[in-house]
Amino acid sequence: MRYGLIALIPFGIVLAIFAILKFEHPPIDSTQLGFRGTGIVQVDNPRTEAALAKLNQPPESYGPTEPGGPLASEVYENVRVLGHLTEDEFLSYMASITEWVSPEQGCGYCHNEENLAEEGLYTKTVSRRMMQMTQTINADWGAHVGGAGVNCYTCHRGQNVPAYYFVEDDLQPEAGGFSASRNNQNFAADENVYSSLPYDALDKQLTQDDVLIRVQSDNALPYFGEDLVPIQDAETTYSLMMSMSQGLGVNCTYCHNTRPFSNWEQSHPARLVAWHGIEMAQHLNAEYLAPLASELPEHRLGPKGDAPKAKCATCHQGIPKPMYGADMVSDHPKALTQRAE
Amino acid sequence: MIEYQNIFTRTQIHGPPDMGGGAAPEAAGVWPRGDNAYSSSLLGRIGDAQIGPFWLGGWGVAAIATGVAWFVIVGLNMLASVNWDVIEFIRQLFWLSLDPPAPKYGLSFPPMAEGGWFLVASTFLLISVICWWIRLYTRAVDLGMGTHIAWAFASAIWLFLVLGLIRPLLMGSWSEAVPYGIFSHLDWTAAFSIRYGNLFYNPFHMLSIVFLYGSALLFAMHGATILAVSRFGGEREIEQIVDRGTASERAALFWRWTMGFNATMESIHRWAWWFAVLVTLTGGIGILLTGTVVDNWYLWGVKHGIAPPYPDASTLGDPGMGGN
Repeated sequence: MRYGLIALIPFGIVLAIFAILKFEHPPIDSTQLGFRGTGIVQVDNPRTEAALAKLNQPPESYGPTEPGGPLASEVYENVRVLGHLTEDEFLSYMASITEWVSPEQGCGYCHNEENLAEEGLYTKTVSRRMMQMTQTINADWGAHVGGAGVNCYTCHRGQNVPAYYFVEDDLQPEAGGFSASRNNQNFAADENVYSSLPYDALDKQLTQDDVLIRVQSDNALPYFGEDLVPIQDAETTYSLMMSMSQGLGVNCTYCHNTRPFSNWEQSHPARLVAWHGIEMAQHLNAEYLAPLASELPEHRLGPKGDAPKAKCATCHQGIPKPMYGADMVSDHPKALTQRAE
Repeated sequence: MIEYQNIFTRTQIHGPPDMGGGAAPEAAGVWPRGDNAYSSSLLGRIGDAQIGPFWLGGWGVAAIATGVAWFVIVGLNMLASVNWDVIEFIRQLFWLSLDPPAPKYGLSFPPMAEGGWFLVASTFLLISVICWWIRLYTRAVDLGMGTHIAWAFASAIWLFLVLGLIRPLLMGSWSEAVPYGIFSHLDWTAAFSIRYGNLFYNPFHMLSIVFLYGSALLFAMHGATILAVSRFGGEREIEQIVDRGTASERAALFWRWTMGFNATMESIHRWAWWFAVLVTLTGGIGILLTGTVVDNWYLWGVKHGIAPPYPDASTLGDPGMGGN
């Protein structure tokens, strides 16, 4: 019998190693967000949160530019989307962009430094489009970005390309032919948050408006004669929601009462902000990001030739409010929130 | 006695294999006395040390052959889905899956790559399970036993048939069947519950859970009771049923003392059988009703007063319907 017990020791060690590597150790914080007993809570690991806090600090603020002076459009040639700024505002914004997006390459990342007005570099075309996108977000999507707003740094964080985005990807070739297709699912990847759910959920649901995300019926009994809403659609939505949960570092219950996922009356108000976020991501991807495929060089495109597109994590990077809701627009209000006439 | 007080059986008897003739004399004519029996010390620690004799028979051969066909079809398609890459196959094994056809194919037979293999594999699995059921039934009859085991297994087959055959037929689409994969079937389960508005409000799902947990509770109570009176010979349950001894008396009195009621040495096994059988019987009914006659179980629960509202529900409205 003694030997029997000794034989259990290696199993115990393996189990302990698995537990230490796989699980987070207590204490874990739980914040109540809704009515008691409904489970509308946010669960956070304070140690993970501390690490995230370091990574999600807003860029240094130099304060707004003194008003007055000639307009940039009068001083410089070929200023297309920032002509309504004064020269000082324009230069200050350009300097900030360099710091936010290409601190290592400097102005030369987008401009011919011999002739700043010259077109030619794809990065200049793309950054102009991105400035328009930022203006659209701050001007039209207040329902999602609130008063904090966004600037280039919200996504870029000092890098040429934001750390989190999505492209169409088959991940792993299939044998094809006569053999069963993987159906863009059943393969662990970042895209489906390491589940076997579809990994093309974002391609389907975040690149265009008017897509089916809602899968629950609003009626107890079936509407006879209507098309079947298959379980596969629920899996796609599930995958989108996991991507969202992962991107924001929140549980399902940050927004939903999971008793009736679809019910709005029992949801936390954050769900409304998130709803506008989905609408916003669909709009930005369709209007701004997907069309850039024709401008971007091949090494910036996905394996199937599409442009990198935004998902929740692109801005949020693991926390519910990017930069914990820090004001991102006050230093450059005109450049970031107003479109050129 | 102290020798037995462990999860392992320390005392093992190894001798000439018992071929079972004495246990079922009326079966002697149909039970070939093969010599395919031996003993295993390792298995003897958790059960009877004797392995065999096996009865394979025609139904057994058919069940194993079709079962292997299902297993190989699923496995090879999984391997093909990672382009025959064995490393990826091992890495992704729990994620890989053989999926049912897409909804657009309805009840038609789709191309092999898009669900055809799933239907072929499912057919093999269905034949395999039915053959295994017949095997359980005929073995019990040949031994002069009741057919309780076969009928208990039939209850599990009922749930299996509802999930993979009856409900897809009623819904008009093979896409409603459950995929063959470790995580994919779990994701299917979660998505199924979400799609149909939270299965926890399905009363037959509730009953199934009651019987599932109830089975575990009964199993623990019965196992503990018998172990506790084994020092009085309580583990000789069959003798105790017909000739109640002090072990039975004490066990029964223990439960009457603690909860006022006791099952008998015989009826506890009926309790256990029915609880286990009802898990899948009620579960199958619950699945059968989902999507066919109920589309949102939460709203069904509201309608029938089993899902009360919370007192300070937020004032959010649906933004997609012009709320907020």
